[in-house]
Amino acid sequence: MSITTYVIISIIKSVAVIFVLLTAVAYSVWLERKVSARIQNRWGPTRVGPFGLLQPLADGIKFIFKEDLILPQVYKPLYIAAPIIAVVFAITSIAVVPFGNSIDIPAFNVGRWTIGPISTPWQITDVNIGLLIILGITSMGVYGVALAGWASNSKYSLLGGLRASAQMVSYEIALGLSLIPVMIRAGSFSLREIVDAQRHMHWNFFYLPFGTLAFFVYLISAYAETNRTPFDLPEAESELVAGYHTEYSAMKFAMFFMAEYANMVTVACLATLLFFGGWLGPVFGPAWLQMLLPVGWFCLKVFFFMFLYVWVRWTLPRFRYDQLMAFGWKVLLPTAIANLIVAALWVAWRA
Amino acid sequence: MLHLPLFLIFGLICVAGAINLLVQRHPINSALSLVVVMASLAAEYLLLGAEFVAAVQVIVYAGAIMVLFVFVIMLLNAGEEEHTKGSRVALLLGVPGIAIGGVLVAWTLLRHSNTAAVQIGALPGPPKEVARLLFHDFLLPFEVTSILILIAIMGAVVLASRPEAIVRRLRRGEPTQQPEKHELAVAGKER
Repeated sequence: MSITTYVIISIIKSVAVIFVLLTAVAYSVWLERKVSARIQNRWGPTRVGPFGLLQPLADGIKFIFKEDLILPQVYKPLYIAAPIIAVVFAITSIAVVPFGNSIDIPAFNVGRWTIGPISTPWQITDVNIGLLIILGITSMGVYGVALAGWASNSKYSLLGGLRASAQMVSYEIALGLSLIPVMIRAGSFSLREIVDAQRHMHWNFFYLPFGTLAFFVYLISAYAETNRTPFDLPEAESELVAGYHTEYSAMKFAMFFMAEYANMVTVACLATLLFFGGWLGPVFGPAWLQMLLPVGWFCLKVFFFMFLYVWVRWTLPRFRYDQLMAFGWKVLLPTAIANLIVAALWVAWRA
Repeated sequence: MLHLPLFLIFGLICVAGAINLLVQRHPINSALSLVVVMASLAAEYLLLGAEFVAAVQVIVYAGAIMVLFVFVIMLLNAGEEEHTKGSRVALLLGVPGIAIGGVLVAWTLLRHSNTAAVQIGALPGPPKEVARLLFHDFLLPFEVTSILILIAIMGAVVLASRPEAIVRRLRRGEPTQQPEKHELAVAGKER
């Protein structure tokens, strides 16, 4: 493949993935409103489009046209930078997520040009430290929240920002440790190789010793990382108004929401890739179906985890802050370490 | 072919961040400059081919340690620093000190290192190689460092924990602080 083709294909893939991700983010807000309405025996959005399907579009337009307040007491450079940091890091991590096997397009003619044959992975870029890159990028995302809380120069924002950064730093350790058994089994940090190691229904969720346990440690710490209920203390409405984004309005406010939902999508993708076999699933039919079907399985699994997020949010009450910290350090962390030792022994015994 | 320009650009960003760290008056700006330094260092490692070290640099330094720095600055609500004129001792000893140190480092580098440029991708990249170096070739330094860190953690625990006497008094349900003299006086007056 020549460098020009490579660059063109990469650009097309990046634009497509960002478009899909942003749409997914908008529609997970719709999903959240619809499911929460169902759970509370209401209708949810119904007015804009069939089933309220155009509601995200209406919300987006509203956010853009609202007045963008910048209060006099804020520290302006960081106040403006914070939502940008949050959104950029939330969106970047999708770059290394693989969605399926590979795109194979046989050569075809457009007028007098012959294009292809094209063969490229379903992924913007395949790096051999993909998992570490995702961990690194999500760990940088803390700055958006922390700086928003600090730069707003208000009590509620500061408390929310402090809570968020403390919570994210604490749960990151349990999260990282819960993923190590998966890496040991695959012998790689590459997300593609991790999925390939789970062929023949040997999904890590069932196959690893205590894989279920590792998965739940991951899921719980990921919920805490994304500041979602039952760990949404950084924005606890009943005590902090809205936490770190209290002083934000219009599109800046929406950017925090975009970051939150993009992070949720990343977490759902990682859960699928690392524990549930990624795009692996029954594949049949003609070549084009065999190319698309894995992506369908992947999206289905990711959708399930997005649904789970909403389901959990409207089922469980919020933790108290000391409970949250005690749970993270005294329960999740020792569990993750014990699980890591068992998994390491298991892999060594099998080798 | 793109490596060298990128290496230079990130090197410049790194140095600019380090200078900004010293020039900025507000602690939070300084801390964020340090994040920039860490991140561009990670990019330099990546360009040299040490991808694992680069990722760890971002996760540990930029993502965890610097977050704690920012956290503490936020918690203490540290304000702007005031510029002082600087002490004469620092001027008299510091400037020659820096000059001598710089010359020494430059001389050592020129004399004792082979002058061949480091090849792009020459550093140990894959985690397996790094692990082999850590747990095989450099096992003793690795273990000694971990014991050092363990000592530091124990020191932090000792400093942060309550003294034994107070814990005992807490268990018995007594007040933890000795009443101050003026409090006693107030109590006496009320009686």
